[in-house]
Amino acid sequence: MKRAKVYGMMAEFDSVHTLLDAANRTREAGFKKIDAYSPFPIEGLAEAIGFHHDEVPLVVLIGGIIGGLTGYLMQYWISVVSYPVNVGGKPYHSWPSFIIVTFEMTILFAGIAAVFGMLALNGLPMPYHPVFNSPRFAFASKDRFFLMVFSSDPKYQPAEVRSFLEGLHPRSISEVPD
Amino acid sequence: MEEPVQNERAPVIEPGYTLGSVTDKISSIVLTRPTSDSWFIGFGVMFLLTMMLLFAMGYLFVKGVGIWGVTIPIGWGFAIVNFVWWIGIGHAGTLISAILLLLRQSWRNSINRFAEAMTLFAVASAGIFPLIHVGRPWLAYWLFPYPNTMRVWPQFRSPLVWDVFAVSTYATISALFWFIGLIPDLATLRDRSEERWKKIIYGMLAMGWRGSARHWHRYETAYLLLAGLATPLVLSVHTVVSFDFAVGIVPGWHTTIFPPYFVAGAIYSGFAMVLMLAIPIRKIYKLEDFITERHLQNSAKVMLATGLIVAYGYGIEAFMGWYSGNRYDAFLLWNRLHGPYSFFYYMLLICNLGIPQVLWIPKLRSSPVWLFLVSLVVLVGMWLERFIIVVVSLHRDFLTSSWGMYYPTRWDWMTYIGTIGMFLAAMFLFVRLLPMISIFEMRTLLPEAEVKE
Repeated sequence: MKRAKVYGMMAEFDSVHTLLDAANRTREAGFKKIDAYSPFPIEGLAEAIGFHHDEVPLVVLIGGIIGGLTGYLMQYWISVVSYPVNVGGKPYHSWPSFIIVTFEMTILFAGIAAVFGMLALNGLPMPYHPVFNSPRFAFASKDRFFLMVFSSDPKYQPAEVRSFLEGLHPRSISEVPD
Repeated sequence: MEEPVQNERAPVIEPGYTLGSVTDKISSIVLTRPTSDSWFIGFGVMFLLTMMLLFAMGYLFVKGVGIWGVTIPIGWGFAIVNFVWWIGIGHAGTLISAILLLLRQSWRNSINRFAEAMTLFAVASAGIFPLIHVGRPWLAYWLFPYPNTMRVWPQFRSPLVWDVFAVSTYATISALFWFIGLIPDLATLRDRSEERWKKIIYGMLAMGWRGSARHWHRYETAYLLLAGLATPLVLSVHTVVSFDFAVGIVPGWHTTIFPPYFVAGAIYSGFAMVLMLAIPIRKIYKLEDFITERHLQNSAKVMLATGLIVAYGYGIEAFMGWYSGNRYDAFLLWNRLHGPYSFFYYMLLICNLGIPQVLWIPKLRSSPVWLFLVSLVVLVGMWLERFIIVVVSLHRDFLTSSWGMYYPTRWDWMTYIGTIGMFLAAMFLFVRLLPMISIFEMRTLLPEAEVKE
């Protein structure tokens, strides 16, 4: 018989320090698939759960380069190839006049890449997520801090994880159904 | 033991707050505070003014720009004056949210949200004017380059085309910046709502935000990069607006001082608008603990500094009128001081250079009533500045035979006042439906949020 599927084990903490400490100790204990939840960004928390690769800057750089090239090449093609108009004897390829639009397009594409790249890398929008099955989790957007060990972790054994988390002195521990 | 240096400035947030109480205080304004009668009255009046705007625009579409006071030689009347005025007001929001973030001015955290909303609504109000001013507004999309059967394209050597790109980029980036700032707070509202329909609406807007450490890390990176992008953008927008004038050869427009002078003027008027909104909001919603004397003082200091840059701009304009030896430039100065619109020029000097100097007095700088009045004066002064630049420069240029006068009509006034109504109606809705102070950024200011090594 199949057991009800479990998403992971969640521990609730009171403060930034207990969460940071707990996250560090969980990672050092060899758990790989862990996450932490907090009502505001905490410096060092991402490192504490073993997250190092942030691709957002690369996405923004690519967006900016594409935007700048699009802006300049569009103006070049329009002004030189498709619709050359003599304005006050200026050359068709009057590059100083093209700087502004190139700049604005760079910013536009980079900004759009930053927002939508961040959302996509975060997997948002996500209408359903198992963490919300925990009734206490609503406080993660107020004043509580949560640490999660996912059941997909190779070391995940419910009883052991629970006793390990208890050793971190959380306020409460709950198993989160998938 | 040496005594620590006492910091005499007012705190950014009054002591005694916790993560929970900050959250409850700001989110309860939206979720549980009953909507007062005065809100309905205020919103109702502004809504009527918005309807007046739509009426004035509808009549304009039927009759054409002849209903306005614009004539030759003054082809740019109220529409361009108001466009520049509104877009300038928007600049303070981006300055607060982006530039002060990069400069690590944490006091910005309690005013950035509604300043960004102000930016968005001001840019929306600004955007209306050039579109309805083009004469055939139903063809306004011709401003954008798109493949068309006429096989024509915009002319990219024109500052007016640059302006289309600058303003539309600015509007897009401002909206994105505002929205990603809201996501974590929308999640808070989702989790705090009692009613199911509110949970669903805020939940959809929050897009499933759950505050994961991975998400926060990417979020902070994206937010910081966006601030880094918005900073040169906001400086470029009013620069490009000033190019609309400076590239023309009209006396009073054709000067290199315009870009910095326009940007400073934009921030000047924008902070005046921030104060005019913040002072009643903090009083009505009892947010004096979050928007403290410190915020008012700092905003007043920004106004003083940018006001002096604007004063320098006026000084250089007058100096160049004499020093250039150009008779048309010299005449422009004479015409400003003694021409038919001289009253407005003196009013401009009083509003922008004279009265705001009272802010040097610390006591007045921390008095909400004084700040509110001075801000009103600055907003009037900055509107007059754009009126002087547009109208006084155009009405008497090179040939005496082509001189003229500009008289705004009732339709000009209805459109202008209508956009003020639309702006304030949007602000009324904003303070009622969304958290007007960034909750998660306020949390980071609390002692509880400090990470000790």
